[in-house]
Amino acid sequence: MTAGRTRRGKILTHLLLLPFLLFALFPFYHMTMTSLKQDKELYDRFAVPLWIKQGPTLDHYAKLFRETEFLTWTKNSLMVTVLATTASVVIATIAAYALSRLQFRGVNTFGTGIFVTYLVPTSLLFLPLAQVINWIGLADSKWALVVTYPTFLVPFCTWLLMGYFRTVPKEVEECAMVDGATRVQALWRIILPIAIPGLVCATLFAFTLSWNEFIYALTFTSSSEQITASVGVTSELIRGDIYFWGELMAGAVLGSVPIVILYVFFLDYYVSGLTAGAVK
Amino acid sequence: MAIGTLPAARAHARLPWRARVSELLDKERVLGPLFITPALILIALLVAYPFCMALYFAMSNAFIGRPSHFVGLRNFINLWDADIFRQTFQNAFVFTGISVAFKLVLGISLALLLNQQLWFTRMIRGAVLLPWVIPTALSTLGWWWMFNSLYSVVHWTGINIGLMDPPGPNWLGQKYYAMAAVITVNIWRGLPFFAITILAGLVAIPKELYEAAESDGAGAWSRFWYVTLPMLKPVLAVVVLFSTIFTFSDFNIVYVLTHGGPINATHLFATYSRMIGLESGRIGEGAAISLYLFPLLVFVVWAQLRFVRKQAF
Repeated sequence: MTAGRTRRGKILTHLLLLPFLLFALFPFYHMTMTSLKQDKELYDRFAVPLWIKQGPTLDHYAKLFRETEFLTWTKNSLMVTVLATTASVVIATIAAYALSRLQFRGVNTFGTGIFVTYLVPTSLLFLPLAQVINWIGLADSKWALVVTYPTFLVPFCTWLLMGYFRTVPKEVEECAMVDGATRVQALWRIILPIAIPGLVCATLFAFTLSWNEFIYALTFTSSSEQITASVGVTSELIRGDIYFWGELMAGAVLGSVPIVILYVFFLDYYVSGLTAGAVK
Repeated sequence: MAIGTLPAARAHARLPWRARVSELLDKERVLGPLFITPALILIALLVAYPFCMALYFAMSNAFIGRPSHFVGLRNFINLWDADIFRQTFQNAFVFTGISVAFKLVLGISLALLLNQQLWFTRMIRGAVLLPWVIPTALSTLGWWWMFNSLYSVVHWTGINIGLMDPPGPNWLGQKYYAMAAVITVNIWRGLPFFAITILAGLVAIPKELYEAAESDGAGAWSRFWYVTLPMLKPVLAVVVLFSTIFTFSDFNIVYVLTHGGPINATHLFATYSRMIGLESGRIGEGAAISLYLFPLLVFVVWAQLRFVRKQAF
């Protein structure tokens, strides 16, 4: 009796979830379908847009690699993301350790400063930052992105890691120091290994945030050899009023692939990091 | 013996220096400032300094490649008198208000559903969160195609299930439809953040509270109203504050989907600021536009510091 009722309730829950799942996933499905369609079906106003009837094709993907700089853009994205992420996680780790474990003058002020910086939206600063980039001679260079991305990655990662460091009991560290380890050794050998989930989480989020960044990339770089994947696909694949929808969608799909791969492997970290970042 | 003393002596000579450094590093008042220095330099040079520049630009008539003069608050006043800016201001409030309201209601509903016993918990959560991790500029391209005036799948579906009459609305070419489109994409992209964060809040509510309410005869609705909602309040406050600031300052969706059009009907502070500051070169005015975001930022920071950090420490 109760088993039947819970089963029915479970089915009802899944049915109610269905519209949400459809809403979340349909755009990706549609993008992928569009990128695989032949042009004659793509531009047939009477064809059913939901599936492929006249056979799939990889033409749009081939064109993307042959006729555009898509590979260069992806390489740029990868380089910027890897460098900015590495630098940010290192800077954030030591800052978070200092903020969550050490007593010194100004620790609270700096903690508040980090939090405030975390809330400053990138769209508030892109104009003056563009001037700074000009002065230091990085105009239209992907290095400008390597330098500026840490401004939003470091506050985020510091905030996230402070939460993780606080969960490591102080006694563990004190034990190591009683046994003769210095503070730095205790951090390196005891705290960091325990905080690995936090470090993975910070790295994943930093990677995702810099891969997805758009306004700085759009503002600080413009030539085809320097731009990132997001900027390349949105600006270089549109020539005047002619849109190559097949290639556009192929670019959008491929530009998301690195993140999707990470996401599939580390889903649980994304879920926990999302909540930790906001609530802690 | 003689061979053995040499390295020992050398090690002894090196020891004071190394010992002194490691002794220094063991002091919290030395190590602490040392560890925050890189972050501090970064924030000072690339956040605080540009922010001061923004303040200066906003009060000058700076133009790309020309010396600038101080003009006081004239930019802010001129903007306020201009129709396009008023329109932008209004757009920002409409966009943020409607988006955040929808994200909140849908987010709570979705979180309640996700909190039930499910068959494929991990897969469903993964699917729900996906829009949030994919590059917004690229997924918005997908929406752009979905709203395309000739081949829109939204049209096709609407007409086929009888919701719309052919030829159907020109999504991105008509004022209110364009705003609706931009809001829809923002909800789509922001809903996962709401749902997953609220879900974490739901999981943290002690089961005993529900059992107690149930034994007092509370139905499902009153359990939600008198137990769930009050317990969720802190989480909801945080999520709404976060989302408000990031929705208000949104750039990607509007830039890719409508470029602020048709006739400025969907411009937000960020897109309009870019148009004036970079595309027409009036940096001073552009900086003033994005600084209109500042009062809101101050409010959110104040509210977060008051409510959020009080809980954290």
